Amino acid sequence: MIPYRPCLNIVFAMSLTTQDVEKVARLARLAMSPSEIETARKQLNGIFGLIAEMQAVDTDGVEPMSHSQELAQRLREDKVTESNQREAFQAIAPQVEQGLFLVPKVIE
Amino acid sequence: MSWEIVIGLEVHAQLSTNSKIFCGASTAYGAEPNTQADAVSLALPGVLPVLNKGAVERAIKFGLATGSHIAPRSVFARKNYFYPDLPKGYQISQFELPVVGKGLLHIEVEPLSGDAQPYGKTIRITRAHLEEDAGKSLHGDFHGMTGIDLNRAGTPLLEIVSEPDMCSAAEAVAYAKALHTLVRWIGICDGNMQEGSFRCDVNVSVRKPGQPLGTRREIKNLNSFKFMQQAIDYEVQWQIDTIENGGKVQQATILFDPDSGETRMMRSKEDAHDYRYFPDPDLLPLEISPEWIEQMRATLPELPQSKQARYVNELGLSAYDASLLTASREMADYFEAALNVITPSPQSSPANGRGGELENQSSISAKICANWIMGELNAQLNRDGLDMTQCPISAQQLGSMLARILDGTISNSGAKEVFRTMWAEGGEVDAIIESKGLKQVSDAGAIEKIVDEIMAANADKVTEYRSGKDKLFGFFVGQAMKASKGQANPAQLNEVLKKKLAG
Amino acid sequence: MFESSLKQLGDALRAKQISSVELTQSYLDRMAQLNPELNAFITINPEMSLAQAEAADARLAAGTAEALTGIPIAQKDIFCAKDWLTTCGSKMLHNFVSPYDAHVISQFNNAGAINLGKTNMDEFAMGSSNETSYYGAVKNPWDTARVPGGSSGGTAAAVAARLCAAATGTDTGGSIRQPAALCGISGLKPTYGVCSRYGMIAFASSLDQAGPMGRSAEDLALMMNVMAGFDERDSTSLQRDKEDYTRDLNKPLTGLRIGLPKEFFAAGMGADVAKAIEAAIAEYKKLGATIVDISLPNSKLSVPVYYVLAPAEASSNLSRFDGVRYGYRAPEYGDLADMYEKSRAQGFGAEVQRRIMIGTYVLSHGYYDAYYIKAQRIRRQIAQDFVAAYKQCDVIMGPTSPSTAFKLGEKGDDPVQMYLSDIYTIAVNLAGLPGMSIPCGFGNNNMPVGLQIIGNYFDEARMLNVAHQYQLATDWHSRAPQGI
Repeated sequence: MIPYRPCLNIVFAMSLTTQDVEKVARLARLAMSPSEIETARKQLNGIFGLIAEMQAVDTDGVEPMSHSQELAQRLREDKVTESNQREAFQAIAPQVEQGLFLVPKVIE
Repeated sequence: MSWEIVIGLEVHAQLSTNSKIFCGASTAYGAEPNTQADAVSLALPGVLPVLNKGAVERAIKFGLATGSHIAPRSVFARKNYFYPDLPKGYQISQFELPVVGKGLLHIEVEPLSGDAQPYGKTIRITRAHLEEDAGKSLHGDFHGMTGIDLNRAGTPLLEIVSEPDMCSAAEAVAYAKALHTLVRWIGICDGNMQEGSFRCDVNVSVRKPGQPLGTRREIKNLNSFKFMQQAIDYEVQWQIDTIENGGKVQQATILFDPDSGETRMMRSKEDAHDYRYFPDPDLLPLEISPEWIEQMRATLPELPQSKQARYVNELGLSAYDASLLTASREMADYFEAALNVITPSPQSSPANGRGGELENQSSISAKICANWIMGELNAQLNRDGLDMTQCPISAQQLGSMLARILDGTISNSGAKEVFRTMWAEGGEVDAIIESKGLKQVSDAGAIEKIVDEIMAANADKVTEYRSGKDKLFGFFVGQAMKASKGQANPAQLNEVLKKKLAG
Repeated sequence: MFESSLKQLGDALRAKQISSVELTQSYLDRMAQLNPELNAFITINPEMSLAQAEAADARLAAGTAEALTGIPIAQKDIFCAKDWLTTCGSKMLHNFVSPYDAHVISQFNNAGAINLGKTNMDEFAMGSSNETSYYGAVKNPWDTARVPGGSSGGTAAAVAARLCAAATGTDTGGSIRQPAALCGISGLKPTYGVCSRYGMIAFASSLDQAGPMGRSAEDLALMMNVMAGFDERDSTSLQRDKEDYTRDLNKPLTGLRIGLPKEFFAAGMGADVAKAIEAAIAEYKKLGATIVDISLPNSKLSVPVYYVLAPAEASSNLSRFDGVRYGYRAPEYGDLADMYEKSRAQGFGAEVQRRIMIGTYVLSHGYYDAYYIKAQRIRRQIAQDFVAAYKQCDVIMGPTSPSTAFKLGEKGDDPVQMYLSDIYTIAVNLAGLPGMSIPCGFGNNNMPVGLQIIGNYFDEARMLNVAHQYQLATDWHSRAPQGI
């Protein structure tokens, strides 16, 4: 994929609609009933009311901070250090067969 | 009015590291399912990624080989989506700050149709970034379920993105082939397309000249140049038909089915367009110093384009020969090794002040060497279905044989006999010449003796020749060759005959 | 014996006054008696603990014991421990027997410490009351009608009730300090990167940090000597020389400059808490410290910033829980999407799902810059406030929590009220600074109050010194809950 992201300056003082919450639940792979969606919508709007306090802050010229330490990534030597532990790892898997993890049919 | 085709490529080259990009599991191909899926590959709770230096080194080499900007600081991001072959539920990739920026790749295009001439073109590379590969979904018979093998999950990939600079299937294939050659040339990817080490996604759109870009569809995961050609041809025609029939092309991800020769929509990527990229908090920014870049530059082999220029300018080869000899690094290495046997390179023999003569000599050697490799050798390889690495005749052997042609020991036809013998049975050049009696007679005295004898036996013909019947020269050559049992050095024989017949 | 410090226990073990097996068995007996009411542990496995104790006794006999060899330590159930059920307080991992050890667990194993059991916690460390655990709420030993705080609530309750000698916690927004305050114990969240996160189940990767919880600063220092240190498997682990965190414990506090941020003493803090904090500051003055008024103007934004950044990271970190390779899979499902959606909806509790939703939303198309990037910019401003403050003072002090322990269920329906209970602790995580909480008195209903001490980067040894000197002068830290 060629990376693409629109750059929008969204107004914070907005509230989530039922459709927004449904879309988020689908993206997050969470099955939710209509009443759960409604509860979530109310709670999320309360939380986003709290988050809206950020809106008033002037952050012009401030670099976003991802990490508290300004360090560079450490690199690992290109060596194979791991050996086969399939049996141990698959002992805790929900469904395996012939060394494979089984899932409902994937349709491409 | 005709249509313009606009094509851009995204190529995923698996980097030839021993271990995965973020952990110490092996990347070897073909292991039993999930035996190379360690705790990190499986995304067990609590595990963390640490970046493989070998993967970064290969990205730097690619950047250098394409004259690209190499970012002093690049950032890994998470691309979030759910798929069973993606254990973490996100792929670690690079988004806003890739390791390799803008670069260029020159391609030679051989048009597919009829009488059009080959031409060169430069394709712009947008970026190349490091990311991890996903596992594999196996759709065998598991009670209607899909099996997941995560051995490949975490294998390092370099995703190379081009600008939409190609306007035909031929150009797209030429670009893909040039990249394929390059990544193998610089030793960052084994290029094995059957094993999925080099996979192409092709973005195709069509438009009328002068119009804005059309809507593109992305053909995913093409793993052969032939399929790429077929897929693009089919897709272009499909898009043109769709528009001409009053329809609209919708942006989509599609697959090519080699059996039907058709493309079809993928069904699995419904929310593919909200990947929620953000910087991976488990990884810090990747910093690449100028010193590191210089270290990597020193390890880089001479690149195909530079070799081509040298072959033309210093060895006097044609541009066509030079491009064929640099089609792969194995081919070029073979050529140079064979040539080095005939005329040791300046590095291996100290300069001796005969520059001009040496150059001329090396040009002759280079030409005969190129002709043999692209002629006889290539033909035999093709016939036996072998590639350069499997060639039964070593560069050393071929070079020794060519040296014997150049020093007059054997004739061209004698050399073909030597070649056939080495191909079939192996053996040492001089021993074969000896055992097969292929040595030319180059002894001036011996040749003069033969010439004297045939002139004495054909005194009448000598008289005729001397009175102006030039055509008889061929007769004397034939007689002399016959007398020498074909082993007289032709050039030498000609010279002696001319001198003696002139009287 | 249950009141002994780690140092005293270590001395007794090395002097063969008691064996590790005896000590471990005593704790196991006490746990068997008290845990059913407190629910501080999710997993207790006497067999495995005693096997470790036997090995420790062999080491003690061989004379190769270290400071913590043979001492029973409880582990927060967020740390993967080989062959131990490791649930992270979630149904999602109700059957996850870890096939590997977290770095912190390995460190304790190498030191010869005994893993006494896995402590209860808010599900995936998301909570401030320990009420979000799939394994039920933990009760505060000081009043079992009240919460122990969270998310390391099980650890805090276990230490307070003397169910272990000391224990581990993790702190993403206050999860060590707030329960330590609410249960009247000591807890330290080190500088980000000092303890490896490898094998610690991730909540918010850029904020998570492991740390010790115990009954005194001296115990915390000994725990830090085991827990801290570089680990090559964690890219954010810091390559620093090994430290002895006990080295400065006995230094006098003369000349210590204590910064009091005016924002921490504004409206919002309970009067009972304020009174205890003021008394503690007065005690520090007696110990030779001077007081500096400072300001952390952006710290008031730490809650909104945190509730963008932490859920964003969490929403991605928790995507691996999909019912494919381990953990919970819904018993019935249709296609692949249905399997994912049902497994995750059934496997995660309400608070976890809520935070996944917040995080998914703030990262999604069109909102990223307005929420995530904006929050990261303010995060830097919050961190810069601390940098400026440390030009004027050596440590910063204030309350750990605005109130003492609240009642179970009291804040159940209003996530926002719950989130605000971390108002004093979150800024420290955003800046990556070390912070600790020590007991400094009692408030309403005789519930403990915690004093928060915030240090500059890598200043853990000084903070432990500051805490230890206070604990030499006062006895709040040695008070034990009655009636247990």
